[in-house]
Amino acid sequence: MNKIVSKENFSENVVKLEVEAPLIAKSRKAGHFVIVRVGEKGERIPLTIAASDTQKGTITLVVQKIGVSSTKLCNLNVGDEITDVVGPLGKATHIENFGTVVCAGGGVGVAPMLPIVEALKKAGNRVITVLAARNKSLVILEDQMRKFSDEVIIMTDDGSSGKKGLVTNGIEEVINREKVDLCVTIGPAIMMKFVALLTKKYEIPTVASLNTIMVDGTGMCGACRVTVGGKTKFVCVDGPEFDAHQVDFDQMLMRLGAYKQEEQADMYKVSKQ
Amino acid sequence: MAEDRNVAWREDLRKGLSNKERTAIQRVKMNELEPAYRARVREEVNQGLTKEQALVEAKRCLDCPNPTCMTGCPVSINIPGFIKNIERGEILEAAKVLKETSALPAVCGRVCPQEKQCESQCFYKLKLKKDAVGIGYLERFAADYERESGMISVPEIKEKNGKKIAVVGSGPAGLSFAGDMAKMGYSVTVFEALHEIGGVLKYGIPEFRLPNKVVDVEIENLRKMGVTFIKDCIVGKTISIKDLEEDGFKGVFVASGAGLPRFMNISGENLIGVMSSNEYLTRVNLMDAANPESDTPINKGHNVAVIGGGNTAMDSVRTALRLGADRAMIVYRRSEEEMPARLEEVKHAKEEGVEFMTLHNPIEYIGDEKGRVVKMRLQKMQLGEPDASGRRSPIEIPGAIEEIDVDEVIVSIGVSPNPLIPSSVEGLQVSPKGTIVVNEGMQSSIPMLFAGGDIVRGGATVILAMGDGRAAAAAMDKYLK
Ligand SMILES: Cc1cc2nc3c(=O)[nH]c(=O)nc-3n(C[C@H](O)[C@H](O)[C@H](O)COP(=O)(O)OP(=O)(O)OC[C@H]3O[C@@H](n4cnc5c(N)ncnc54)[C@H](O)[C@@H]3O)c2cc1C
Ligand SMILES: Cc1cc2nc3c(=O)[nH]c(=O)nc-3n(C[C@H](O)[C@H](O)[C@H](O)COP(=O)(O)OP(=O)(O)OC[C@H]3O[C@@H](n4cnc5c(N)ncnc54)[C@H](O)[C@@H]3O)c2cc1C
Ligand code: FES
Repeated sequence: MNKIVSKENFSENVVKLEVEAPLIAKSRKAGHFVIVRVGEKGERIPLTIAASDTQKGTITLVVQKIGVSSTKLCNLNVGDEITDVVGPLGKATHIENFGTVVCAGGGVGVAPMLPIVEALKKAGNRVITVLAARNKSLVILEDQMRKFSDEVIIMTDDGSSGKKGLVTNGIEEVINREKVDLCVTIGPAIMMKFVALLTKKYEIPTVASLNTIMVDGTGMCGACRVTVGGKTKFVCVDGPEFDAHQVDFDQMLMRLGAYKQEEQADMYKVSKQ
Repeated sequence: MAEDRNVAWREDLRKGLSNKERTAIQRVKMNELEPAYRARVREEVNQGLTKEQALVEAKRCLDCPNPTCMTGCPVSINIPGFIKNIERGEILEAAKVLKETSALPAVCGRVCPQEKQCESQCFYKLKLKKDAVGIGYLERFAADYERESGMISVPEIKEKNGKKIAVVGSGPAGLSFAGDMAKMGYSVTVFEALHEIGGVLKYGIPEFRLPNKVVDVEIENLRKMGVTFIKDCIVGKTISIKDLEEDGFKGVFVASGAGLPRFMNISGENLIGVMSSNEYLTRVNLMDAANPESDTPINKGHNVAVIGGGNTAMDSVRTALRLGADRAMIVYRRSEEEMPARLEEVKHAKEEGVEFMTLHNPIEYIGDEKGRVVKMRLQKMQLGEPDASGRRSPIEIPGAIEEIDVDEVIVSIGVSPNPLIPSSVEGLQVSPKGTIVVNEGMQSSIPMLFAGGDIVRGGATVILAMGDGRAAAAAMDKYLK
């Protein structure tokens, strides 16, 4: 069950895993995610299904090491089994030919954005991908994104790769030069907040995929809740995608910090092992 | 029933001791861990009766010709039948009598609200105004005795009839249904969304009230009877009911529970530190988050307020104590009398040092600059006229508002049905509350689909879920013949 059939290191901190999960492979659509757990004491963490192969009965996950659980997963090898994989969860992305779509991703959001970029491209959209990172060494999945994008714009804080500036500078540049029909953004909450503020100014419909803390992923606990348009929503069942102009990012940002202390302590333990 | 009361050994027992002698015996006291000790550990609080205690308590039962206690039991367990077997020392026989009606006596003996059910209708209570016979204690005793004797009988299984049946959810409804269908010769597969089998019995009700091992034995027994369990599989997501039909499943029993937490939609409810009891209990019970070895984090609150007055609220507040809270409070908008929790849980909670702020209702949570809850505002209430539920409804006392310090708030005001199945099956009749509509045979508007437990009743009880499972099994068997 859940055997890893192939593994590829995209960069030092980003790993692609192909996992046996025939039922999920068959039923999943772009935008769906799974919850995985590594080890009997493992945490349940959400990961977007990047691709699937119904013939082989596998799903592909692109995982970025950011804490204990993602590191444990990235440390598994071909032939190992993931303790639990459950899904597909969430609502599928609404994919159609919108016209020109800007996909803006940064940090933890780049990996889950890949399948959406691919699906949008396959639906006939002109896809312009903006990837943001602090510096060159943190830019991930550039080649994979190029495969499905008409154009890739890299933005770094220090200018060590692409252009110097923030993700919003990259988006604004596109907006100033051509008509944008939709913006999709996935990344740290603070980044999505500023993307939403920018596109709101230009009245460009914007979808944000929210990566909140989750436990069950089936609507049972409410750990993932956010405020959207003044109402409480559960990201795992009502999302993960929402109208970015309606999301209370400040609240989401705070909630992501709920377990920061304990997470850092756990990470310290793992790094010592 | 009447015949079994007339068997010679029972007549002899009745003659052996006069009713006067029987009613002179005081109700047994459950052996419990000391409050100061138990409030900091996960061990089960109730230690059960010794055999000597059980034999004496069983004598109190008068073996009434018209056992009113049975009318109080939602599944009409043959109560005098099993108690008299205890009295004559045939404990395994007593367990067998229990199992004729209840699939999970060791569980129900621990978690049923006996004081509202069987024990409320006991002759002692109704006519003598004395403490009822300890029916729940005795039920638990017989079931534990059987389990610990290692002599649990694996029920006889009829010859396999080759028909495949699917069960959605592994809570008490799903487990009892699976057991009965397996006995009748069906090939049963239980699909569970989580990574553990047992439903609320595992992720909800804590170890100090219902040890996992009690539930695991039942699951192991079902495995021995040939029931297959598939975890991490969400029906309606991973596979559809249609897939199951195409796969040759002839009937589906939906027992997906009422797993969705309700919130009050008041200001500050999304602050860090405010969470549903489902999240809190899932982290602690299912994910073992309080164990340093576990990767799942939990914030251990110092001043913990739990909103609500049901079993879930009691379980949460007592869990908070066990995680080291200095102050653990129940905040409930009615008075103690209206609390839906089992009497024993309220008693235990008080002994352990839980504070009860009844007639208080939260109206706002206040956070610090990091978004963590630090205070809550409470509206004081008074009781007015009885409402639809027959309980006196709480009304606000204008201007009576209080503020208290809290660093963790657990919202435990009820659950709603899990919408996954109702929304994924076309043509399935669902009530406005989101429960699946069924007939007396637990059959839904789709003939091959039966349902029971909390998904049909909203948040109810283990015994009703168990009873639904058994009723559905009988009805589905008829339907498939
Ligand atoms: C629907 C959904 C889909 C996702 N898809 C992917 C994916 O395809 N690939 C992938 O690599 N990740 C994805 N994520 C994020 C992934 O779940 C988290 O990175 C993972 O849970 C982190 O666990 P951890 O134990 O490794 O880190 P933790 O120890 O939990 O966290 C380490 C640090 O990162 C911060 N952090 C934790 N989670 C997030 C977050 N979601 N966003 C921003 N900061 C965070 C914490 O505050 C903490 O400081 C997704 C999240 C969601 C909700
Ligand atoms: C903390 C707590 C304490 C309680 N205390 C008591 C008590 O003392 N006494 C009492 O009588 N009752 C108590 N109850 C209520 C009692 O536990 C429930 O009424 C009972 O468990 C309902 O049983 P069920 O089988 O209908 O559902 P559940 O026990 O809820 O089980 C449903 C299962 O189905 C799974 N599921 C849901 N959807 C799917 C799907 N689509 N595919 C696959 N699996 C799915 C869920 O993950 C879950 O495991 C308590 C409840 C809680 C939460
Ligand atoms: S993760 Fe539990 S409700 Fe969304």
